Amino acid sequence: MTNNSAALERHKYDVLVIGAGGAGLRAAVEAREAGLRVAIICKSLFGKAHTVMAEGGAAASMGNVNEKDNWMVHFRDTMRGGKFLNHYRMAELHAKEAPDRIWELEMWGALFDRTKEGKISQRNFGGHEYPRLAHVGDRTGLELIRTMQQRIVALQQKDKQEHGDAESFIKVFAELTITEILKENGKVAGAYGYWRENGNEVLFEAPAVVLATGGVGKTFKITSNSWEGTGDGHALALKAGGNLVDMEFLQFHPTGMVWPPSVRGILVTESVRGEGGILTNTLGERFMFKYIPDVFKDKYADNEAEADRWYLDQDNNRRPPELLPRDEVARAINSEVKAGRGTEHGGVFLDVSKRLSAEVIKKRLPSMWHQFYELAGVDITKEAMEVGPTCHYVMGGIEVDPDTAAAVNVPGLFAAGECAGGMHGSNRLGGNSLTDLLVFGRRAGMGAVQYLKGTSATPVSEASISKAVQKIAAPFTRTGGENPYLLHQELQEITHNLVGIIRTKKELDEAILKIADIRMRIQNVTVSGSREFNPGFHLSFDLDNMLLIAESTAKSAVIREESRGGHTRDDFPNMSPVWRQKNNISSFNGTEVVVKQQTLPELPKDLFGLFDPHELEKYMTQEEMAKGGSN
Amino acid sequence: MARKLNLRIWRGNRESGSLQNISVDANEGEVVLDVIHRVQAEQINDLAVRWNCKAGKCGSCSMEINGKPRLACMTQVSSFPEDEEITITPLRAFPVIKDLVTDVSFNYKKAMEIPSFQPPEGMKPGEPRMQQVDVERSQEFRKCIECFLCQNTCHVIRDHEENKESFAGPRFFIRIAELDMHPLDMLRNRKKKAQEEHGLGMCNITKCCTEVCPEHIRITDNAIIPMKERVVDEKYDPLRWLGSKIRKREGIL
Repeated sequence: MTNNSAALERHKYDVLVIGAGGAGLRAAVEAREAGLRVAIICKSLFGKAHTVMAEGGAAASMGNVNEKDNWMVHFRDTMRGGKFLNHYRMAELHAKEAPDRIWELEMWGALFDRTKEGKISQRNFGGHEYPRLAHVGDRTGLELIRTMQQRIVALQQKDKQEHGDAESFIKVFAELTITEILKENGKVAGAYGYWRENGNEVLFEAPAVVLATGGVGKTFKITSNSWEGTGDGHALALKAGGNLVDMEFLQFHPTGMVWPPSVRGILVTESVRGEGGILTNTLGERFMFKYIPDVFKDKYADNEAEADRWYLDQDNNRRPPELLPRDEVARAINSEVKAGRGTEHGGVFLDVSKRLSAEVIKKRLPSMWHQFYELAGVDITKEAMEVGPTCHYVMGGIEVDPDTAAAVNVPGLFAAGECAGGMHGSNRLGGNSLTDLLVFGRRAGMGAVQYLKGTSATPVSEASISKAVQKIAAPFTRTGGENPYLLHQELQEITHNLVGIIRTKKELDEAILKIADIRMRIQNVTVSGSREFNPGFHLSFDLDNMLLIAESTAKSAVIREESRGGHTRDDFPNMSPVWRQKNNISSFNGTEVVVKQQTLPELPKDLFGLFDPHELEKYMTQEEMAKGGSN
Repeated sequence: MARKLNLRIWRGNRESGSLQNISVDANEGEVVLDVIHRVQAEQINDLAVRWNCKAGKCGSCSMEINGKPRLACMTQVSSFPEDEEITITPLRAFPVIKDLVTDVSFNYKKAMEIPSFQPPEGMKPGEPRMQQVDVERSQEFRKCIECFLCQNTCHVIRDHEENKESFAGPRFFIRIAELDMHPLDMLRNRKKKAQEEHGLGMCNITKCCTEVCPEHIRITDNAIIPMKERVVDEKYDPLRWLGSKIRKREGIL
């Protein structure tokens, strides 16, 4: 136990990257290549980040399969998918830079599936006009994380040759939790945390900190996220004075496993639909045809014959409605189940066995076959899967400057990947996440490099250290309080029942009260055992973060009186052009989350001009249409 | 639907430990990791176990279940007879930190010793052209989720701490094979190095690693044996190596 600062483990770096998934590692590579010393903090072992769970692919308009694809088409698809609430500049940078980020991975050893000409193959996915996802079967995320991990090792090997020590420029601190970002004189000065293995505390002094901590799924009961998705970066940024943007937007992936109960929520990749899987209810109806919203009517087939023809001729047919953006499909499944046309386990059927041979299924969807065979006893080459929505991704996140990934309001803080907000608007398209990690991970690294040219390190004060020390010791000093596991389960019930896919004011108000109640009770959480690898102790900190997430989500959701993307209000079922112009900005005043509105940056004329005005009319006010974009 | 399950879970730390008998409910369809979580939430709050994805994709929850190296998230409770006691112990080849968590840093040290991917000089991003059939061999090995069950089960190090210094283990033999078969990798003598520096010769192909691989990678047949066979040729025939790479490069350009 570290109680006096004389014995405290201290490290000094130029850049501290918190999170070792795709975004964090890409940021670290960029900062190292610019000559900086970088510490990478992993909550788990190195290489286990949630990035491995991405299955379908990485969207980049390389045009390898359909040469009509380019960044402008990708940009349009991304904005459409996000229902035009995206920060246009992030969507623009992402669409423009994604192909370079994928090609770069290949130079670091990644082996994507190939086209006949030997280029990187690209597959169809919901909301993407052309086949666009670079992939490796259905384990693309694993390929990405392993390639980045091996790139870090390659740089360390080079440092060993040139400087005698592999860890002279990049060091990975695995199984370490950060509890606080430390600021001095209004600027980032470092971070404080503890080793999970023994509970010993660690001080990092670093003038630039990159948050790349991923998502918040564990705040919810049914989720595809691993235990790490506890919103740490979101919460660290809030507590450091940063903002969160649009936390009401959560993506419920339409197809999670629903049976058996222990695997409820585990992801079934969208590639199953991309490869031709169809959704049916218990009456055998292919129900998605009933759920094509007006804004998408000209792009999606309204009959089975045309939908089926699309797989052979994409130029002359509209796409099958199974490939609508995720928010639409999730809501459709939810409606079918509510109407009594769902399976006894509360799902619908997803079937790929009728369209593809067993051999092709095992080749293109190997891990899905494996997952269903071993966990549910279902052979997907012969039978349908049972699926239903699962909490998958948070579109909301830390408010950042698009070009530099610098967190608004906190000099020295940067954020990239799922913990950053704005890129995906109200709904993320499948495949855009993996390239988001790479594009903005790199930009966060560049942002930190640029920032450090104009600033110097500030030492962390003893006062800041002793505050951080007390916080970590607190759960052990209490006795007779509540069990963190049970409190976590209670929070998950609240979010699941009251802040789920379909929301109402009454339920959200109730949720806000209940979350405040847990906030009171968490002051009293007691931990048993020692500091040595103690999951109950770890959970007590995660829980504090998840509470802030839940509060920010519920408060943003009750304010936004419309339905858009990953936010559906039963009492306000339509999109509102007025709300489209607003972001909900959450901040933390020390006792509670406060949500204010801020105007969304206007689409500039050149990007405005990429769309058919008839399409924009469906989303924008008459004044916006008349203006035709900002100058 | 719930059934009572009798578990024996190893509890302890670096110094000492013992098996503890625990009775816990198990529901239909649950895996061993589910019941460990129930024990953690209801009985032993500080029970240490590593896990992340709970979907067989991250390779974190490696442990020994009734003596067999397994992923706890992919081991169905129903695969054991109703009255059987299930014994859960930490990986044996690595030092225990606490309870079911072991110190696997050996593997990260070995990863650092394998020379990295080396693309052709002057090749620019976007240029590579490779055929699917040529990338598939390496792709099989890149399925590895680094659960280290193969490392744990390999008898060269399982009961021989002294071999760890000179033996990289099956996980890193497939890493070497992956790079050796990678159509773009230009580093010479990977097989020779595997033999001389990473202990490939100590493997006597008992295939234990292949048997425990949750990704069903054919470690012995597709990586270790082909390397062992060809290391002999290449030792004396540098032209043969060059030939294989030139042919590969023609495929690229």
